[in-house]
Amino acid sequence: MISRVLELMRALGARIVNNWVWRLGFGCRFLWLTLKESGPSFRRFHLTIREIYFAGVLSLVIILVSGLFVGMVLGLQGYDTLVRYGSAEALGVLVSLSLVRELGPVVAGLLFASRAGSAITAEIGLMKATEQLSAMEMMAVDPIARVVAPRFWAGVISMPLLAALFSAMGVFGGYLVGVRLIGVDEGSFWSQMQAAVDFREDIVNGLIKSFVFGVAVSWIAVFEGYDAPPTAEGVSGATTRTVVTSSLAILALDFVMTALMFRGL
Amino acid sequence: MMTRKELDLWVGIFAVAGIGAMLFLSLKVANLASFTSADTYQINAKFENIGGLKIRAPVKSAGVVVGRVGDIRFDNESFEAVVSMNIDSRFQFPKDSSAKILTSGLLGEQYIGITAGGDSVNMKGGDTLKLTQSAVVLENLIGQFLYNKAAEGDGKK
Repeated sequence: MISRVLELMRALGARIVNNWVWRLGFGCRFLWLTLKESGPSFRRFHLTIREIYFAGVLSLVIILVSGLFVGMVLGLQGYDTLVRYGSAEALGVLVSLSLVRELGPVVAGLLFASRAGSAITAEIGLMKATEQLSAMEMMAVDPIARVVAPRFWAGVISMPLLAALFSAMGVFGGYLVGVRLIGVDEGSFWSQMQAAVDFREDIVNGLIKSFVFGVAVSWIAVFEGYDAPPTAEGVSGATTRTVVTSSLAILALDFVMTALMFRGL
Repeated sequence: MMTRKELDLWVGIFAVAGIGAMLFLSLKVANLASFTSADTYQINAKFENIGGLKIRAPVKSAGVVVGRVGDIRFDNESFEAVVSMNIDSRFQFPKDSSAKILTSGLLGEQYIGITAGGDSVNMKGGDTLKLTQSAVVLENLIGQFLYNKAAEGDGKK
């Protein structure tokens, strides 16, 4: 009986150490290596540009469309609640603040993780499974510098741009629904928004958030791809893990950063 | 496969759109262009009670925003709140102007209203407003109302 319990505890401990602690340590070392080897991804910037195309430009459609719809839904829901308190003009404030502070970075980050992060993981994992990475090493090309770092930086660069586009599209969607469809006064929609949204407190903090999410998602994506077992199941598992881990990381980091940034005055 | 030129073009469009969105957010949503934080001078005012006034609350005169609240401290000698306001240097006020803490709407945010006085000398940076009126605290107001009602009731007897 006792030996069974001990066995269970040992298995649990091994799981935690092997799956989490070991991988976290390897992940940190991997991030350090990526940063150290990022020279070529800037010196030969076309490598990074290619990846920005795949990670950023191809995510544009989903980001823009989701931003528009999220903004329109915020417009409808916000109007429904605000009109009860006779302050429908504050719709612009509600839409813009919730987008710029929270929804823009977070939803864009989640979409980016599932659209681009999973693709990066699958690509690197497949390159590993088909021994392209080993072939590069044989040719004295560092796969971290040639494959991993450009993808990492592409994600870091794309993410703030995508989040800004998402927020802008959302504000436009809220404007369409609030002003054009429902008929909130246009002047007070914009002026209340401009009075309530602060550049340093709201816009810059939102950009900082999206930058941090970009680093987190790109790091998780390239690491999961590089660490994937070189089999079909391994790559598929790594892709799933990228989406799950990045989503959790985004939400957890968002809580921490919100607590630090908006504690109230 | 795309040529490098096409790739560059698309990424360029993406970057321009992204930066454009950032500019839109900063200029149109946050209205960064309208307040120039560079040219301001600071004046202080002491209040018995600031209510819910917050840093960066607007300072208005005749309803027009002329500055922002820069800092709120507690003066441990007079036991009053000291509010520093950064006033746009385009706007000058006479030395005997007064400051009130007002509320926009019934339950809106609180701001400082400056009423210009009649002195011929204008205020300089670092000056302190002498005439101030504290925020209206709802509990005090209700307390006063009840007290008056009670006094009325006593008079009728």
